[in-house]
Amino acid sequence: MNDKSEKSEKSDKKIILQIKGLRLEAVRGGSVIVDNVDVILHAGEVLGLIGESGAGKSTIGLSAMSYARAGVHIAAGTIEIDGVNIRELNAADRRDVRGKRIAYVAQSASAAFNPAHTIMDQVCEAPTIHGIMTRQEAEAWARQLFKSLDLPDHENFGDRYPHQASGGQLQRAMAAMAMSCRPDILVLDEPTTALDVTTQIEVLILLKSLIREYGSAALYITHDLAVVAQVADRIKVLRHGKEVEEGTVDQVLQAPKQEYTKMLVEVRGAAASERAVQSSVQDEIILRVEHVDAAYGSFKVVNDVSFDVRKGETVAVVGESGSGKSTLARIITGLLPPIAGQITFKGKPLPKSLAERSKDLKRQMQLVYQIPDVALNPRQRLIETIGRPVSFYAGLGGNQSNIVEDGGQTTGETLDRSSSLYFGMKAGDVKKRTLELLDLVELPKEFLMRRPTELSGGQKQRVCIARALAAAPDLIILDEPTSALDPLVAEEILKLLRRLQAELGLSYVLITHDLDVVHRIAHRTAVMLKGSFVAFDKTDVIFEGPYHPYTEQLVTAVPIMRSDWLDGVLAKRAAHAKAKTPA
Amino acid sequence: MLKLIIGRLGQGVVTLLAVSVLIFVCTQILPGDVASAVLGQGATPEALAAFRKELGLNEPAYMRYFNWLWGAVRGDLGVSMTNQRVIIDELLPRLFNTLFLAGYAAFIAIPLSVGLGILAAINEGKLVDKASNILTLITISIPEFFIAYLMIILFVVNLGWFPSLATVYPGIAFGERVYITTLPAVALTMLVAAHMLRMTRSSVLSVMSSPYIEMAFLKGAKRSRVIARHALPNAAAPIITVIALNLAYLVVGVVVLEAVFVYPGIGQLMVDAVSKRDVPVIQACGLVFAMVFVVLNTLADVAIILVNPRLRHRR
Amino acid sequence: MRLLGHKPTVTAWIGMAIIVVNLAVAIFGPVFAPYSESQTVGSTWDEPSIQMLLGADQIGRDMLTRLIYGARMTIGVALATTALSFFIGITLGFAAAVLGGWVDTVISRLVDVILSIPLLILALIILGVFGSSIPVLIITIAVLDSTRVFRLSRALGMNLTVLEYVEAARLRGEGTWWIIRREILPNASAPLLSEFGLRFCFNFLFIAALSFLGLGIQPPFADWGGMVRENSAAINFGMLAPIWPALAITVLTVGVNMVVDWLLSVEARPSGAQAEM
Repeated sequence: MNDKSEKSEKSDKKIILQIKGLRLEAVRGGSVIVDNVDVILHAGEVLGLIGESGAGKSTIGLSAMSYARAGVHIAAGTIEIDGVNIRELNAADRRDVRGKRIAYVAQSASAAFNPAHTIMDQVCEAPTIHGIMTRQEAEAWARQLFKSLDLPDHENFGDRYPHQASGGQLQRAMAAMAMSCRPDILVLDEPTTALDVTTQIEVLILLKSLIREYGSAALYITHDLAVVAQVADRIKVLRHGKEVEEGTVDQVLQAPKQEYTKMLVEVRGAAASERAVQSSVQDEIILRVEHVDAAYGSFKVVNDVSFDVRKGETVAVVGESGSGKSTLARIITGLLPPIAGQITFKGKPLPKSLAERSKDLKRQMQLVYQIPDVALNPRQRLIETIGRPVSFYAGLGGNQSNIVEDGGQTTGETLDRSSSLYFGMKAGDVKKRTLELLDLVELPKEFLMRRPTELSGGQKQRVCIARALAAAPDLIILDEPTSALDPLVAEEILKLLRRLQAELGLSYVLITHDLDVVHRIAHRTAVMLKGSFVAFDKTDVIFEGPYHPYTEQLVTAVPIMRSDWLDGVLAKRAAHAKAKTPA
Repeated sequence: MLKLIIGRLGQGVVTLLAVSVLIFVCTQILPGDVASAVLGQGATPEALAAFRKELGLNEPAYMRYFNWLWGAVRGDLGVSMTNQRVIIDELLPRLFNTLFLAGYAAFIAIPLSVGLGILAAINEGKLVDKASNILTLITISIPEFFIAYLMIILFVVNLGWFPSLATVYPGIAFGERVYITTLPAVALTMLVAAHMLRMTRSSVLSVMSSPYIEMAFLKGAKRSRVIARHALPNAAAPIITVIALNLAYLVVGVVVLEAVFVYPGIGQLMVDAVSKRDVPVIQACGLVFAMVFVVLNTLADVAIILVNPRLRHRR
Repeated sequence: MRLLGHKPTVTAWIGMAIIVVNLAVAIFGPVFAPYSESQTVGSTWDEPSIQMLLGADQIGRDMLTRLIYGARMTIGVALATTALSFFIGITLGFAAAVLGGWVDTVISRLVDVILSIPLLILALIILGVFGSSIPVLIITIAVLDSTRVFRLSRALGMNLTVLEYVEAARLRGEGTWWIIRREILPNASAPLLSEFGLRFCFNFLFIAALSFLGLGIQPPFADWGGMVRENSAAINFGMLAPIWPALAITVLTVGVNMVVDWLLSVEARPSGAQAEM
């Protein structure tokens, strides 16, 4: 199948969806959510809607069905499906279009299924209520879809209740539900965002084949350029509710015209133009973890894990959900005492539980969380959030005021324990120190009296980092620090972390599922699967092979921003399978 | 699932026992010296001694508790201190009367308020909803005796449709019983229905915010279908909880209304006993009330288990 | 004008006005009352006139004066009860949420048992043994009512305790009391405030009902519930005397409920029922 030649013929096909001048406003206050957006979709074509959070792409996807969530109002625009403006139809006719001619695949499958009914009931609902199939016909069709979507026991899978199926299975079942009426248009709203990388690739393959086989047109909504490159024919870039750019996949990825698009492509594409700065690593070992086991009750979550972290180094722990990587953070900080093994911090054995550790010891190890919204107390102003650790730890070691005063020559001397013991810091000193910290994380002084609700995601994460720095720690554990942030913002945070490491000689333990982040910042990497490390070495070595089979799975599952990457993977797999079967 | 239900029933029995202990502690342990607490400071030593003898207070506490509990299980709740009558003989017919009144009120209130609550939730923000909001707000603010008096003024004094005293007696004809208890039942209904309506409404609204509701709309389902097939099955559990919760209001209301309408129920018995400090009767009435309550709550919990598909079909 | 960051509705304003008037009457009323507390002005159940705007009570005292003097006791006792109940409930609830372990288990089991009996029944039992003096009344109802407040604050506390910013404080080594005071309490204040209003209404009506039954506030103290009881016989003659104190109770409760409703609606987001299709 030659995709490229087919793409050039698309322009001859009829237009199945045309949205003109779409304008969406908030019900309370009237602020503009989507501003004058046009969408043209040809039959059988896949259009990727790309944007960061707040770009309005989900809202546009829903508007294609003339649906707006509570609090949102469709203020203007025509929405034509196969030439008919559905906004001018009466409510009953509009209902008729939904599910039948245009179907929606939500981001979270487990939330989209009603726990009170079987999967089959819900998959058959659309065709039966629209009257295009009888229940028996719908069931037969559903079973066929289950089979082509590779669901286990496709004959009886539908009899299950949603809570009896896994997340990946429900995602596929939702695709089946959307296809139940053989719609002309599919709206796929971040269908693989919530899935692990290895599950994501499977679902992507299935979605792509589904779309091709049944010839539906699709709006594929996502923020991941590499993912959309695999499935889409054209891409439209959105920002703050406005269109930025549109073109074929190759046009947008290889020759973006707008500045914003260029930035998006750069961040996602280049496999690691910026690498971790090797020179910051010193020989002294800050943290050593030896043969550690941990369990929740009788269920073992961490199994014989060993690694060490040097001063000024970043060690990344990579794994998918359920691998136990987050548990590792809890073990090191003392929230979950290990049941075996030992941990040494700066040469001395580390007490296993938090309660046994001294205040100074707690100070030397800090934690930065994934979701800045819940990591900061919404009722506290920044001066308190950052100021509290400053005053709380005053009188202990660390270089409370040496950082900025030295004017940048900081590598060896900043963590000099013998100097500067402040006893009883005064309010004025605390404020001064807090302002220094804000400066260190590149936040303006005026933010001192602000509350977290007045800050953006990236700014909040900087505050979390400042809070960690307030303790003048030696080791910072970062639990998925950029996963909840948009790619451009995440890149800035990584830059900040690299800079701080070089300037202050901090050591990081970085926990993540995102291989790109690992490339950008980690000196050494550990790959974790089901509670154990399958590999631990320098980052370059880990990712260049030879691979442990799981590492290979992980690495090869991450989409690269080339439109033929997925086809390449499929071809490789086919060749692999062929090589395995006897001639 | 069967294990869960049996477990819940067992829990009910344990709760009942714990409650009986609580009642016993409150009446016989807490006051320290029950005799002087009840009879007051000015009681003569002879009166105190007589009181103690009658209640058997000279025996150790756990013996008294077991005697009392064992007697209760066999149907012997002791003898009233004020009129020397066997408690159980007086209590049973009154219990029946109270249950009849409460049942009568529940029979009207539950379908009425659950139905209207669902209606209000479906039409959130519209006139129907806003009107019901104001009306229920006023109704829940009115003390029970006020509702009762208003009804008496309207239906007894002005219209003369009903008698103001709800005197029922054993052996009364069913039709007449219904007629006489109508006024107090309606008053009781008004009290409970308003609370139930509000709570039902918020339960349904919270279900309506679930993502699978949106999914149903996006499949092109009609509003009525979404509500009937998608929202209500999931609202069943919270609504059952609402009904169980409101049984508490029913109990409070019954006691007051029995006083206003002079209805011979167990509520009135208890109020009299409290004002006369008749400890055995207080204990007995407390135990019976608590038993009814625990039984109803246990049944509600079992119903919730039955209605939950996650528990009906395990992984 | 914005209050707590949101604009109150018309009903909320009415409710607040009602509350303010009632509080003012309770505190300053006796200064403005037309007559003194036990002064007999007319005869039993006189009709309203210029001298007695709401008529006379069962022994000829001015109903309006009696209402004014009664406000103090009725509202005061209810407020004291609710305040005490809240203090106990919040302290135990947050402690159970933050400390967990056996502290949580023991208190929760005890609360469960108490909640298994309707509050009225337990209250009647205790009052029956101890008598109905004002301190006994306040303490009994406060302790029993605190179980509801305990449930709510424990749930709130548990939701908040798992949030990362609370864990961050714990990792720092902050003490339990500090965490409750600075991290948890400020973020729980909105639902707690509306709950205070609701509990006040419940306790207010509850005490009035007890007084009506003769088991609540005892003479010589005047309270609205007791006044309803004293004047109840008037109903049989078609006279409205007991209606006035009952109406006073209703009006204050309506006012508090209006404000609570507004507080609750401010937190709520529009539900799926209002999607545009």
